[in-house]
Formats: sequence, structure tokens, C-alpha cells
Amino acid sequence: MLIFYAGLLLLAATAFYAGRSKAIAILADKPGSMHSLPLYHGAYVALYAIVAASCVYALASVADLPFGQYAALIVALGAATHAFQKISPDFRARNTVEKIVLVVLALCSGFAILTTVGIVFSVLFEALRFFSQVSPLSFIAGLQWSPTSEPASFGFIPLLVGTLLITVIAIFIAGPLGLFAAIYMAEYASPRMRAYAKPILEMLAGVPTVVLGFFAALTVAPLIRGWGETFGLSVASESALAAGVVMGMMIVPLISSLSDDVINAVPQSLRDGSYALGATHSETIKKVVLPAALPGIVSAFILAISRAIGETMIVVMAAGLAANLTVNPLEAVTTITVQIATLLVGDQEFDSAKTLSAFALGLVLFMITLALNYVALRVVQKYREQYD
Amino acid sequence: MTDIATTILPRVSTISADLVAKRYRSERRFRAYGLISLGITALFLAFLVIDIVGKGYPAFFEHTVTLPVTISADKIDSSNPAKGDYIGLAKDALKAAFPAMSGRADRKALLSLLSSGASDDLRKMVVSDPSLIGKQIDVPFLLSADADLYFKGSQTTVTRSAGSGPIDITKVEEKYTISGNVDGLTEGNILRVNDGAFRITAIIGAEIEAEPLIEPSSVGQVAADRWQTLKFSSKEADRRISDKEAVVLETLKAKGLVSKGISWRFFTSGDSREPELSGIRGALVGSLLTLSITLAICLPIGIAAAIYLEEFARKGRLTNFIEVNINNLAAVPSIIFGLLGLAVFLNFFGMPRSAPLVGGLVLALLVLPTIIIASRAAFRSVPPSIKEAAFGVGASHQQAVFHHVLPLAVPGILTGTILGVARALGETAPLLMIGMVAFIVDVPTGVTDAATLLPVQIYLWSDLPELGFQSRTAAAIIVLMFVLFALNGFAIYLRKRFERRW
Repeated sequence: MLIFYAGLLLLAATAFYAGRSKAIAILADKPGSMHSLPLYHGAYVALYAIVAASCVYALASVADLPFGQYAALIVALGAATHAFQKISPDFRARNTVEKIVLVVLALCSGFAILTTVGIVFSVLFEALRFFSQVSPLSFIAGLQWSPTSEPASFGFIPLLVGTLLITVIAIFIAGPLGLFAAIYMAEYASPRMRAYAKPILEMLAGVPTVVLGFFAALTVAPLIRGWGETFGLSVASESALAAGVVMGMMIVPLISSLSDDVINAVPQSLRDGSYALGATHSETIKKVVLPAALPGIVSAFILAISRAIGETMIVVMAAGLAANLTVNPLEAVTTITVQIATLLVGDQEFDSAKTLSAFALGLVLFMITLALNYVALRVVQKYREQYD
Repeated sequence: MTDIATTILPRVSTISADLVAKRYRSERRFRAYGLISLGITALFLAFLVIDIVGKGYPAFFEHTVTLPVTISADKIDSSNPAKGDYIGLAKDALKAAFPAMSGRADRKALLSLLSSGASDDLRKMVVSDPSLIGKQIDVPFLLSADADLYFKGSQTTVTRSAGSGPIDITKVEEKYTISGNVDGLTEGNILRVNDGAFRITAIIGAEIEAEPLIEPSSVGQVAADRWQTLKFSSKEADRRISDKEAVVLETLKAKGLVSKGISWRFFTSGDSREPELSGIRGALVGSLLTLSITLAICLPIGIAAAIYLEEFARKGRLTNFIEVNINNLAAVPSIIFGLLGLAVFLNFFGMPRSAPLVGGLVLALLVLPTIIIASRAAFRSVPPSIKEAAFGVGASHQQAVFHHVLPLAVPGILTGTILGVARALGETAPLLMIGMVAFIVDVPTGVTDAATLLPVQIYLWSDLPELGFQSRTAAAIIVLMFVLFALNGFAIYLRKRFERRW
């Protein structure tokens, strides 16, 4: 394999140089006679060799022929010679080269589709294998999640409740903080103030989640536990509250930057109209600016929820593993992402329901976030006001 | 008319003045909410940074004890110095410093203070210079994590006070009684006397009963400058360092043998089961290898995709579908990419687990949408007149794009790429899925070696119960945040340096 790539590289380089030299020679003979620049003639010869070699090599690999790589290199040599002979003043090398480049560019942009297909298939395939062992109904409506016990039960509801509990706490923290921060930044802050506040939010957004998880587990959780004890409350050491609070702080920059953008996009004429009627600044914001920016803000909140549901490291490090069906924020709950991570770290057996259940959870997670992202997009598209 | 006006106006104005005052109060309140929100966010960030720096800062330092060692030829074979019994030498050196501690338990307590890798430095010294064999030299030995933490004060706070006056120690039938000027002492306090040490067991009037921790060579009258008291803020049972070990450490320190230095080990060694020996070199190299793969894949593909979508693609269903896909992928939770990596790269293609190659591929898919979106924005910011001018002098569409638009878009693309790489550098969740959470001591040398990454190392260490690892975790976080900071700073610099207003 190495011989093939090294040989092809050498061949292509030689072909490029030879093709370009021939074109330069023709050009030196009759200046201004060539349709394409010498560069394109060189590239044409080299690309011809590469494409030919790749086709033969791929065929040989599929058919499992011996000496496929040598055959491919010989074919490439022949192709290069053929292309080299085609070089003439009238030959349109540039058009062919540009066509090939365009195909390569288009293929690269198709990578996104490939990734999506890969995700859908890898998750769907294993999830279907899981559902052939465990009935979908007992998964969706089951109230108990204990994949390692004997017999194992795969009830999804405790995970969903745990995920939603932490998400709700996070949004309760991040919603007001992020929105008010955005309003202040967009409406009140002086340019100087903005110059200080914006980097703070950007820095917070750039903190890796593993760092926030460490902070949540080792600093925030004991702190909340301590406060709880002074009020006579028993707080679990891996309480949903600690994970939710830190996750909320993680989301603040997301909500504030998205909301900041939509508030800034509200035309000044709307504000001016409100001021002209005698409204104060805050009345204008509450009665005019926010209603106008509402679709964007709602979409920001939905994206924030989607982000919170899919967040992994904070909950892996700070939330619990036991699937308690509770809505008490002081108790330990587990989430979908925590279970995916714990089920797949360590020994994996791809024929047991335990390992496959992680993919079923992944499928649910993927569908939830996809649906939320779609709703966020639709909200903006459907309710956006066109002011111009 | 004027009469009416003067009678009515004041009434109206008091009502409206109240109303206006109320509205202004609400205005101020509303404004304060915004400021408070920003304040809370800033406070949280400050709290986070201070907490982590406070926890991690001590891990950049380590304590060593310098002891005289005779590198005897019967312990080290001069023909093969790498194989010698260096840890034996280290133990002998420490034992020699405390001849009174001869019992089994005493020896065990004594030797537990040395790190299991204490003699590695000595080994290196001798291997690089075999002529040292047979000589006596002073060698710094690394202390164990618990001893190290004791000196850093993370376990207990020690109050040391010099003797307040001469005391008299008498020994009657194995029981020690201390009398003299010993006010302010309580049970459990420790007296270091000459070369021995006592723990106070009872105070009866002016007399103190004490048990020996280290038997002193002589008893009797002791001058004030020959004894010292130690008081600990926590009970012996709550500490990892016993009273006896603490006395040994204090004695070493009083002799000036303990020194504090920067822990270069933290940057030059791989992971270890011992906190004091573990380092982030393996994780740093792993991160570097992984990110090289990520960059090598997603930079060309990202730019190519952006060029195609922005410059060449015809608006149609397929292009639209690609765009929807890219935007969607940017919002898919990162753990899903881990599932993709596990199912496709590991199970389907049979690539090696824990390898930077697979990690790099997964992270490349993860940041590709970010890079495509940023690159498209960079292309869009180049004014069309540039391209049109190129067309005007006879350039083909591709020539115009590659020769004129692309160079002008490069700063924007680079900024987006650096931010994407910064995101990949901090990413942990997908790497857990593809087995990069293994305990790996060796520093990886290639992209298919088992490796771990900096954020994964942080996650692994944070799970360990030892206090020493907690501090190492925070220190690793400091390094990670520093790198991220540098990357983001570089991106901002690029943006500022090459920003153009057209």
C-alpha cells in the first residue's frame, strides 16, 4: 500500500513536471499560442495518472487481485504518457482540470451528508438490534432503569425525568441571567462596558465542559450540600441541583449571545416610535423590543434546551448514576447522556442488550435534539417580522 | 382661565409626578437586573478561575529531601548501572538519618514518606555518570504525595512554636514525665526534644505525661532552644500523615534537608498510579497528535466545501439539503459523534481503540460544520468586485476564486479554524466512547498508539480519590485553559491584524 502511494506521488510529480515543461517549450516556440497555461497542462497529465491509478487500484482491491498496486502504477504510467501526447496549443487542459477540481470540491461539501448518514445508520442499526431484544413499549414506558441488574430492566422514563429536571434547573438559571445580560449589553451598555462584558461571556463559553464538571463535582456540590445542611435539608452529594446550576451557567453565554443578536436586529425606528410616545427606555424594551425579538429569543431558549439535554461531561462528573424517578432537585438523578457514557466506557459486548441500549438512548437523544433544532429554526422562520 | 389652570395643574402634576417617579424607579430596577445578571456571570467565572488556580497551583511544586548516599558497588553493578537497587539506597539513606527508628512499624512509617519513584533521579544520575559508583553524594529524593501535601499544608495546618523555657524530662519505668515551663499545651500536642519526640497523653497539674514517638537518646534537663512544640489543626485519624511521620518530616525540615522546587516532572512524565509521579506529557502529546489529524482532515475538506457552497454550487434542492445538514450537525450533541466513531471507525473499519487516529477523525467530523460555517462567512465578506475585476481581465471562475478571493478570505478561515480547534481541544465526551479513557503510562509515539488527551486525563484524574490527584487535576485544567486562552488570543490577534473594511 505504501509502495502504491509513494510510487503514485512520484509518478504524479514527474508527470506534472513533464507536462508543464512540454507546454513551456511549445510556448517558447510560439508565444501566445496556447489555450491553457503550462500549469494546467502539467496538472492535467498528473491528474490523469492519479485518476487512472486510483480506478485500477480500487478495482483490484475489490476483486482482491494480486499485484494490484503494480498494475495500477503501470496503468498510471500509460495514462500519463497518453495525456502527455495530447498536449498541444489547442488542447483545453484548463477546462478538464477545472472540472475535476469542481467535482472534488462538491464531494467535500457532501461530507456533511455522509456524516449525517453515518450517524443515523450507526445509531439506528444498533438501536434496532436492541429493540429486537427489548420491546420498544417497555423501553418508552418503563419506570425502572437498571441495565446491569439481573433481570435487567430498560425503562426510559427515569432517565427522561432526570434529564428534564437538570435541564429545567439549568434554564431557570440561564434564562433570566442570559436574557437580562443580553438586554443590558444590547440596550444599556456603553461601548466601554461592552468591551469588558463581551470577553467575559466569551470566556465562559470557551470553558471546556470537563472543567465545569470538575468544578460542579468538587466545589459547587459540596457547597450546596453545606448550605442544605445549615437549613436542615438532606442533600445528595451528587444532587441534580449542583449539575443543573453549573450547566445553567454554561448556557448563559449561548442565550445571551443569540438574544443579543436578535435584540440588535430590531430596527431603531421601532424604539424611536416608542420614545416619541413618551415611553421610558425599559418600557420600550418590555413593550416593543422584546415582543419584536420574541421569535429569536424563543428559538435561543429552545437551542439552549437542546444543548442542555445533549451536554455530557458536567452530568457525568456531577450527577449520579442511580436512576431515581424523582423531581426533587436535592436528590441524585441520572441523565440520558450519563447512561450512554457509563454503558460504553469499559467492556462492550455488542450482543448484549446492556451495550446496545446505549445506542437506543443515543437514537432518542439524536431525535430529541434534532426535533428541538428544527422547532427553533421554524419558530424564527414562521414568526419573524420583516421590517424593511 | 388662568384661575382654573392654577387650581387644576398642581393636582395633575402631583399625580403625574408620582407616576413619573414610579416609572423611573422601574426603569432603574430594570437596568439593575441586567447589571446584576452580568455581575453574577462574571462572579461565577471569577470563582471558577480562582477555585481552580487555588487548587491546582500547589501541584506545580514538589518537595524533595536531600540525603547523603554512598553509591556502594555491591548494590550497583558498574557494568549495568541501570539495573541497580537504587530504591534500596534511598531507603538506607533515610534510615541512616533516623537511627532511633529501628522497629518494624517505625521503618514502615519512615519509608512511606519516600515516593516509590524517589530513586529515579538517582538512577539517571548514575547511568549518565557511572564514575559516581563508590562515591558519597548528596541526592534529592522525591517525597511521597502525602508528605508533599503535608508540607503544602493541604492536609492539616501545623503551628510550630519554640520552647518557652527549660524543661525537665524524667523516665520512670518506661513512662515519661515532663515538667517545667510548658503552658498552653493540650493532649495530643507533640514535643520535639533533642533527637526524639513525645506526644502528650495527659496533663496532671504542672506535670505532663507523654509517650515517646521517637525514643530520645538521653533525658534530663532540656534548654528552651532544644525543644519545640507542634500543634495540628486536625486529629491524627483524619490525616494521611501520622504524628510519627509528621515528626520525621519536621525533623528533616529543621535540618534544612527538605527543599521545594518546581515540579518539572508534571510536564515531562506520563500518567502514573502515584500522584507525585504523574504528569501530563502523555496527554499533551496525545492531544497534539489527535489535533494534527483533526486539522489535516477538516481544514482542506472544510475550505473545499465552503468554496463549493459559497462560489460554485447552484441553488437547488441538493445544495439546500447540504446546508440543512451542516447546520444540523453543528447542533448535534458531541456524544453522538462518539457513538458514530464507535460504530463506524472501531466496529466497522476495525481501527484500533484509544488511538489518536480515531480520536482525530471523530473530532474532525465534530468541528467540520463549525469550520465550514466560519469559512463561508469569510468568503462572503470578500466583496464581489474583487472577483469581477478578475473576470474582467480574463480569469476563469476558478482562477478568480483561487487566486483572488481565497487569499483574502484566509485570515477569516484561520480565525474560524483556530476557534474550531480550540473547541476540539476541550472536547471529552466523544472520546470516552472510543476508548480513550484507558490508563496509559507511555507517551504515545504514533497516531495508532494508545493515547489519552488532556481533557480526558482531567476526567480520569478527577475520578481518583487521592488528594494529590485532585490538585494534579486542577493543575492540568490550568494548562488546558492556558492553551485555550492562547489559541483564542491568537484568533483575536489574527482577526484584528488582518481585518479589512472594504
